[in-house]
Amino acid sequence: MSELRFTEDHEWLRAEADGSVTVGITAFAQNALGDVVFVQLPELQAYDKGAEASTVESVKAASGVYMPLDGEVLEVNDKLDGSPELVNEDPMGEGWFFRFKPTDADAVAKLLDQDAYDRLIKANAEA
Amino acid sequence: MSTEQLLKTPLHALHLELGARMVPFAGYDMPVQYPLGVMKEHQHTRDQAGLFDVSHMGQIRLTGAGAAKALESLVPVDIIDLPVGMQRYAMFTHENGGILDDLMVANLGNDELFLVVNAACKDQDLAHLRAHIGAQCNIEPLFEARALLALQGPAAVTVLARLAPDVAKMTFMQFQRVTLLGVDCFVSRSGYTGEDGFEISVPAADAEKLARALLAEPEVAAIGLGARDSLRLEAGLCLYGHDMNTETTPIEASLLWAISKVRRADGARAGGFPGAEAVFTQQQGGVSRKRVGLLPQERTPVREGAEIVNEAGEIIGAVCSGGFGPTLGAPLAMGYLDSAYVALDTPVWAIVRGKKVPLLVSKMPFVPQRYYRG
Repeated sequence: MSELRFTEDHEWLRAEADGSVTVGITAFAQNALGDVVFVQLPELQAYDKGAEASTVESVKAASGVYMPLDGEVLEVNDKLDGSPELVNEDPMGEGWFFRFKPTDADAVAKLLDQDAYDRLIKANAEA
Repeated sequence: MSTEQLLKTPLHALHLELGARMVPFAGYDMPVQYPLGVMKEHQHTRDQAGLFDVSHMGQIRLTGAGAAKALESLVPVDIIDLPVGMQRYAMFTHENGGILDDLMVANLGNDELFLVVNAACKDQDLAHLRAHIGAQCNIEPLFEARALLALQGPAAVTVLARLAPDVAKMTFMQFQRVTLLGVDCFVSRSGYTGEDGFEISVPAADAEKLARALLAEPEVAAIGLGARDSLRLEAGLCLYGHDMNTETTPIEASLLWAISKVRRADGARAGGFPGAEAVFTQQQGGVSRKRVGLLPQERTPVREGAEIVNEAGEIIGAVCSGGFGPTLGAPLAMGYLDSAYVALDTPVWAIVRGKKVPLLVSKMPFVPQRYYRG
């Protein structure tokens, strides 16, 4: 788990052995969203960093999930089509969104690590 | 608006104690959901009983021999012949025929009417009443004095009858004085979920005691505004400010059923409410757009404000309320459509994030209403 990285938009990223990166939303994010009823997954194509690659819909609202780095989406989690509740039940595992190949392989390590993300959550909670 | 400026209902501390997530709503700091979450709160209400704090809504008492006649001058509804002990749905109409607010009116007898209006409109409604009928009856706002609780769901009657057995004899839309835990309350057998249930007006000082007693019953869970919205949407019930406003008439809003026969163009007390001419013209000549139910044919929820287009891509309307129906197990919406497209099962499309999502015009309610009619 030490290899997890995070964005300020509450996505988690895990570097896989083959050089690809798996993306999902954090436990904090799913809790803030509430019950997820639909996930619009990205297309298998290249996206720029910051592009709205995916959308997650809770009972009440739609929220964008942004491409954390420049890269090409290789695979999406089709299970979310039939079982969007996996995002709530297992956000860091079965509820993953997509896997992509970053344009710059070194960019992942420069994102927030667990400690930095925990501090961000704490700061949010106190704000 | 910062949290400090928000108003609090008499149950505010209880909401915090129950772990509610609070949001600003109509100037109040209100629970949108509890730890159970919107989906489970929704389903709990359909399966058992949910307790809602709706104390932000405005309660107003009208008294005096002229009260019913006076109120009729502001609503297209039969108030004069509203039986004692009954409640009726009504709306304040604008001079252009639009809707200023929707409300419930109950007849307590002895020339006393009891009104419940929307939170966001209550100050404006009070001013409207005072300006137009202040000389004909006594108008008493109970905004701070009374709280309003809704107990909704198939077990609501079992639960409330433990405190007052006679409530089990009430039928849908009946309204009466009931003593609960030694406190004088007004109870109606109605609500905003499509389920059987009650709304309970209780003095503010006794509200928390009553809420705690109801929550202590095994069937009852606290339910927030999130589930209140999904429940009312499944039941096909309008939300003021979204599904109707001053720019929509009762005819366009598909609320002709709420205009009493006696107040319609051919009725014994035809007209006599603001905008009657405009409303009657539409009733007889038709309208260019109408509120309808819409069922998305994909899993994508379609939200308020989304444009609706025809096959050619021409804009023919917009979504006024939309989301996901936990009981329906699918997304659902209401929208205003050009009258050429309002027939059941007409295919139309909503534009969501630049893509066309297919919809079918649908009957409402989306989930059958289960009111207790005796």
